[in-house]
Amino acid sequence: METVFTPIASFSGGMIIGLAAVLLMLGLGRILGGTGILSGLVFAENASEGLWRGAMVLGMILAPVLIYLVTGAMPQIAVPVSSMMIVIGGIIVGFGASLGSGCPSGHGVCGLSRLSVRSLVAVPVFMLTAGITVFIIRHVIGA
Amino acid sequence: MKLIYALLAGVVFGIGISLSGMIDPAKVLNFFDVAGTWDPSLAFVMGGALLVTAIGYRLVWRRNAPLFDSRFQVPTFTVIDRRLVGGSAIFGIGWGIAGFCPGAAIPALGTGRWEVALFVVSVIAGIGIRRMVAPSQPLPSPSAG
Repeated sequence: METVFTPIASFSGGMIIGLAAVLLMLGLGRILGGTGILSGLVFAENASEGLWRGAMVLGMILAPVLIYLVTGAMPQIAVPVSSMMIVIGGIIVGFGASLGSGCPSGHGVCGLSRLSVRSLVAVPVFMLTAGITVFIIRHVIGA
Repeated sequence: MKLIYALLAGVVFGIGISLSGMIDPAKVLNFFDVAGTWDPSLAFVMGGALLVTAIGYRLVWRRNAPLFDSRFQVPTFTVIDRRLVGGSAIFGIGWGIAGFCPGAAIPALGTGRWEVALFVVSVIAGIGIRRMVAPSQPLPSPSAG
């Protein structure tokens, strides 16, 4: 299924994602990573570590609702894969990201911007395996 | 105050994820589908985010400490080990299957789509399985990711 190329919205949105990462560093001194925040919330080692992550997750979830209240439309989402693929993909994502200490937000944005050697390795690796996976699913298996 | 600040940072992040198109798995999967319905938008997301973060982090680090904590907690581990490479490779496979990543899926929960909730629950299960079969040593970079 085709999607519209949105360079300006994507670049602006990316800058806002970067701003959020900078704000978190300024306020709490932490790297902003989706997996780290989810993992630190669900498997919190103490209440205070869980609390700020809970507040942050709540803010993230509120964002599309605020966008809806302002613009009258929810951000557009199309899910072109089956429920089974969501479950299998989700389990693999959670396992891999927590084993590799990061995902696109943690390694991709925060790690690359501070030239972390580990992120400079992690990002090309997961971009490559994601690309190969999409190629196999769409053009070899033809799903 | 710290919690309100964290909530606001989360709102900013969620707005960025929504506006950028990262929230839409169809767009994410098309970014990887160079041989098919390619949509290069996500390269622009990365460009915008890196530009702001690369400059912003350096400005923030001129301070001695963050506003609500005593020190910056930035991973200092630099070893390239099998967990890093293998975990990242595995993550990419899952990302390519589902089209969601954790940072995009959390804000996407706010749209109320059940598929997103199913994905987030699955991610948590995946993290739980990892904690059982490959428990962390003293975690190299606990908050990255």
